[in-house]
Amino acid sequence: MFDDFFIRALVAGIGVAFITGPLGCFVVWRRLSYFGDTLAHSALLGVTIALSLEFNIALSVFITASVIALFLIQLQKKTNLPGDALLGLLAHSSLGIGLVAIGFLSFIRFDVMGLLFGDILAVTTNDLLIIWIGGVLILLTLRFIWKPLFASTVNYELAEAEGLKPDIAKAIFTLLMAAVIALSIKMIGLLLITGMLIIPAAFARNLSDTPKKMVIFSIIGGLLSVFLGLFSSLKFNTPSGPSIITAALILFVISLFKIKQTIKLKN
Amino acid sequence: MSLDKNTLVRLKDAGIKQDEKWLVQGVSLEVNRGKIITLIGPNGSGKSTTAKIALGIYKNYEGTVEKFTNKIGYVPQKISIDWTLPLRVADFMVLTENLSADEIEEALSLTGVNHLVNKNLGNLSGGEFQRVLLARAISKKPDLLVLDEPVQGVDFTGEIALYELIKKISEKLNCGILLISHDLHMVMSATDHVVCLNGHVCCSGSPIDVAKDKEYKALFGDQASQTLSIYEHKHDHEHTDDGKIKQKN
Repeated sequence: MFDDFFIRALVAGIGVAFITGPLGCFVVWRRLSYFGDTLAHSALLGVTIALSLEFNIALSVFITASVIALFLIQLQKKTNLPGDALLGLLAHSSLGIGLVAIGFLSFIRFDVMGLLFGDILAVTTNDLLIIWIGGVLILLTLRFIWKPLFASTVNYELAEAEGLKPDIAKAIFTLLMAAVIALSIKMIGLLLITGMLIIPAAFARNLSDTPKKMVIFSIIGGLLSVFLGLFSSLKFNTPSGPSIITAALILFVISLFKIKQTIKLKN
Repeated sequence: MSLDKNTLVRLKDAGIKQDEKWLVQGVSLEVNRGKIITLIGPNGSGKSTTAKIALGIYKNYEGTVEKFTNKIGYVPQKISIDWTLPLRVADFMVLTENLSADEIEEALSLTGVNHLVNKNLGNLSGGEFQRVLLARAISKKPDLLVLDEPVQGVDFTGEIALYELIKKISEKLNCGILLISHDLHMVMSATDHVVCLNGHVCCSGSPIDVAKDKEYKALFGDQASQTLSIYEHKHDHEHTDDGKIKQKN
């Protein structure tokens, strides 16, 4: 009925939705969308390094994004520039360096568009293994640091005072962000991955009154987006990443009506 | 561990500097099991800062801080919670500790807000929120309670009831309480030990001793000490405008 590549894309997308759902909630709660963007932009540099050194792409992206995150923390301590300026600086300079480096690698044929916007055809069985095994590890780690991370998201001082060690949780969470970008870049593309983190979470926020519900709805929103996006991508021959994000946006718009209803009920 | 098992936290000559200026300095105090110790002092005198040093929120302090417990309940003076988070009172109660529904119910009943358990935290009034904060701090049955203006925004009758509750909690849980309060009547009636701060420790001792202290009167006015007998002692130092001790020439 469907070609193998489509089944693979679907299985990969389901895996990605399960990871981006919970992490996306934290991205929204902690206002990290631009931070996510910056890490994603640095992925191009990671891919270039991987190609020139013949190294695993996902691992290289993960390491590059982690280094950029560390670099950002150092810059924040040492300069008086506001956070968003630093994020922009790192995002665009790493994107620029990545593109320049690709220019030098003229001996390698390389699909830049696929990297920017995601490509169904590129998903291999090997990628599936990486997404699912990596995804399980990410979710287990998130489960493990959930309490301190969530408590410090609500109020840092309470978490610190009551001995939850929020700084460690925050550092681990940063690594998880780098990991989720490394895993999903092939599916969604580096320009759109933050959308996959934020839009399903935003959809979920409109439907939830507790943090746990929001996480569950965020996963459901991600799954629906992947299904809708991939099927329409197949039908209309559109690129996979943008189709998934468009589907997510449609879900978000629908969820707005639910909000209107609740507000009406309250009044 | 400390030689004295009853000590929960001990500050020795602790202080903190920001941009070359001392926020508070030379604070020595001890919170012991079953005792209520209260910090008083004017605005900006370093009460909350001292509490945060004791709690380990501020890490770049000078002097020594020894903590002998990790079971701590904290009610901060100011709390900025992002109301875009979908958070009910019940979710907030289990923020740092896992509690059963019964334990949540019990703690909220103590502060008189168990009817709010399923309400969104953002929809509470100031007084209601304060009661939830206090309930959360005591629900985990801590060894050490740090309460920074715990009854702000609570109506007058509620205030008295909550202070009685705090006193009862310290006896029932046999925990130590570090309290910051503006309510001098409460301070005088329920506290075991008072530390009067003004950038440094002005005076400390039992409530009666402190009320008689000339420095206390200088800070809070005669009105505040009128309830207690007047006793004068020799004032051995003077203050500059920012509360520091004036150097004698």
